[in-house]
Amino acid sequence: MKKEIPLAITFITGLIIIVTFFIPHQPLGTMQQRLLLWYSIVLGFTMLLGMDSLLRSNIRKIAKRSPGWPFALVLIIGFLGTLIVGIYTWATSESLLSLGSSFMYVYTYFIIPLQATMFSLLAFFIASAAYRAFRARTMEATLLLITAAIVMLGRVPIGAEIWDKFPLIQDWIMEVPQMAAKRGIVIGVALGTIAMSLRVILGLERTYLT
Amino acid sequence: MMQIIGTWIAAGLTLAIFSFLYKDNPFYKFAEHLYVGVSAAYAILYVFYFDVKPLLYEKFLTEQGAEKWILFFPAAFGLIMLARWIPKISWLSRWSIALTVGIAAGLGITGQIQGILLPQIRGTLVPLTSVNNVIMVIGVIATLVYFYFSIAHKGAVKHGARLGMVFIMVAFGASFGYTVMARISLLIGRLHFLVYEWLHLVK
Repeated sequence: MKKEIPLAITFITGLIIIVTFFIPHQPLGTMQQRLLLWYSIVLGFTMLLGMDSLLRSNIRKIAKRSPGWPFALVLIIGFLGTLIVGIYTWATSESLLSLGSSFMYVYTYFIIPLQATMFSLLAFFIASAAYRAFRARTMEATLLLITAAIVMLGRVPIGAEIWDKFPLIQDWIMEVPQMAAKRGIVIGVALGTIAMSLRVILGLERTYLT
Repeated sequence: MMQIIGTWIAAGLTLAIFSFLYKDNPFYKFAEHLYVGVSAAYAILYVFYFDVKPLLYEKFLTEQGAEKWILFFPAAFGLIMLARWIPKISWLSRWSIALTVGIAAGLGITGQIQGILLPQIRGTLVPLTSVNNVIMVIGVIATLVYFYFSIAHKGAVKHGARLGMVFIMVAFGASFGYTVMARISLLIGRLHFLVYEWLHLVK
């Protein structure tokens, strides 16, 4: 029973989604939309599990005085602080993301700079990774190097200043050879997803139940 | 006043993250952990405010008859998910996981076929009347051959796979260049913030 019922639920819901795609008439017509709403609601609840896991592991770290435990405290304070500010905004403002609200303040002055800086940091590490990858020793590495250099030069004004054909070549690379390889990869991924989804619906793939 | 304090906080956090360029240090760790905590709380509130509240709570208040009571099912599946907190009945959470997996698998078939597979094949089936179209068709086939591992890469297949590798490398190079430019754009944004908004070095 512990495995059969989940397998049946997966089979039925998967089948409903497929059948409603081919027969979009009542009463099946609205089923897909309804199930998608259910999906969003259930995923909302899973966020609570994530919250529990995050807090639990960091509280454990603090309790055990593990190395770096003060940073776990920072994480918890940041989490609870944002949660309290968010709930307060929820209760007092028109919308959670109202301009001028406390939650928007946290978003603007904490989340945006942290997120943008974290990702911008990758510019430096990509540069060092590029140095290692681009030491053109093979034909493949040379191709990677040349294409990346053209795309980078083609996307900035200085590239056009050096040679006015760089933007045109960049456009051609993105629209033809890059698109061709990407299309091949995407078709492969789609076929793989379809095969895996079929295995899941038919109950052949059960790892999500362990 | 609050805006000035906010700008100083943002500048401090920006510099704390950038300090990692020197080496891993407590300032970076502080900012990193704060980022995880604040982002997690933001994500939870966002999902509950924009998904759970309108789709469950507000719908329950506004709907009538069967439409109202059918909302019991997603609420029950959502609550069942929380059974993981109680070891004795934690196996019940598999029902909710099964529901989400079933929906995702169903969409994995219909969505992938309709949204990705067919449009991509349609885009590839072009008349071979220009060099670009020929390159496109050969590139897609060669890339697929490269990833086809069910047969040994010998003879013609080996040459096809080799050509596929050339296309893949061009695509990876292009993606790399594209990503670098996006990251540098973010970096410029942060430096602009520090120079213009925080230090007011440039008017």
